[in-house]
Amino acid sequence: MNAPPKKRLKVATTSLAGCFGCHMSLLDIDERLFDLLKIVEFDRSPFTDIKAVGAAGPCDVGIVEGGLCNAENVQVLREFRQHCKVLIAIGACAINGGLPAQRNHLELGAILEEVYHAGHGLANGTIPNDPELPLPLDRVHPLHEVVRIDVFIPGCPPSADAIWQVLTDLIAGRPPRLGYGLLQYD
Amino acid sequence: MSINPGFAPSFSLDGRQVPFTAGQTIIQAAAAAGIYIPHLCYRPELKPHGSCKLCTVKVNGRQASSCTLQAQAGMVVESDTDELNDERRALLQMLFVEGNHFCPSCEKSGDCKLQATACELGMTSPHYDHFFPSRPVDASHPDVLLDFNRCILCSLCVRASRDIDGKSVFALSGRGIGSRLIVNARSGRLGDTDFSAADKAASVCPVGVILPKRRGFAVPIGERTYDAAPISVVALREGE
Repeated sequence: MNAPPKKRLKVATTSLAGCFGCHMSLLDIDERLFDLLKIVEFDRSPFTDIKAVGAAGPCDVGIVEGGLCNAENVQVLREFRQHCKVLIAIGACAINGGLPAQRNHLELGAILEEVYHAGHGLANGTIPNDPELPLPLDRVHPLHEVVRIDVFIPGCPPSADAIWQVLTDLIAGRPPRLGYGLLQYD
Repeated sequence: MSINPGFAPSFSLDGRQVPFTAGQTIIQAAAAAGIYIPHLCYRPELKPHGSCKLCTVKVNGRQASSCTLQAQAGMVVESDTDELNDERRALLQMLFVEGNHFCPSCEKSGDCKLQATACELGMTSPHYDHFFPSRPVDASHPDVLLDFNRCILCSLCVRASRDIDGKSVFALSGRGIGSRLIVNARSGRLGDTDFSAADKAASVCPVGVILPKRRGFAVPIGERTYDAAPISVVALREGE
């Protein structure tokens, strides 16, 4: 007798002020991706073409890389929190702002001025002001300063084995646990 | 004072009998017995400071710093308990959010005691809101640079420079969250002191504040101090 097909876990992922490196580290699980796809389906993610998170029903897991550097990041993060039962902050940026937060030393106006207007080699440069562009925040923030985060996977990026450990723990209904060797901050 | 003359006095640490000699602190006796108690501001060759609070243990039910409390015969000491390790994790999280600990670009990553202790105790997130301090780097010295945003105010460099090098190059200054490491020069710059890269104070920093210039990322990942073994093993092996 054929058992009815098990409902697959729905997973959404996104990159905010990230470098996509955490997504690459997720892909580093290599052939285990085939095992993963038997038990999960992807909602909104850079891997899919779905435009809005949770549009086709709530997600079980949301994985967010990158910190918050602009207004759109904050909006997307809030949507992920709203539609995902378990929200994972993945990578140094999501957890403490990461290397992009080194800009917190500097005044935002001075950065934009340097990069778009006054910097070397710019002819008639202007700071972009189209309303289609999200305004940068004055400082880069970790995710947990804006929404509640359920699971943190540190690393820049975390190893594929660490990501696999957390995903398989969650799928099995266990509290995720990173043992020594899987826990890293660099 | 020994109860049984002829036998070394001892106290109980997490259920094990730990012998000690008169005047030894709890952390010294524990290390001699091969038991690691987490710590950041303690080094055996320097006077204890008692600022990091990570070595906090329970002695007869009350919390005390094991780096400053002398062992007494018959003490009942707890260290490796869920309650104390939870508190240690919270202390580590406070240190992480008070500074800019961006491990991915820090030259000390893999050799850093703060990082290694956080890994040892399973810290996955900083939990609290970040302070993002903005203290200028001091690159005035020809051989050594200072990144004050990583300083945990352990004062190891202060003590090493004063008590071993005899130079008193460093000091802690200010109050409350305004407390910071300063350089004892009229200009406040390391380059205007007699500090040398060969000083003891140049090598005791447990984090990435005092760094040699022109040497960065020299050790391959996998071969750094805490890549192969956790700090609980390394600290006992190296006698730190």
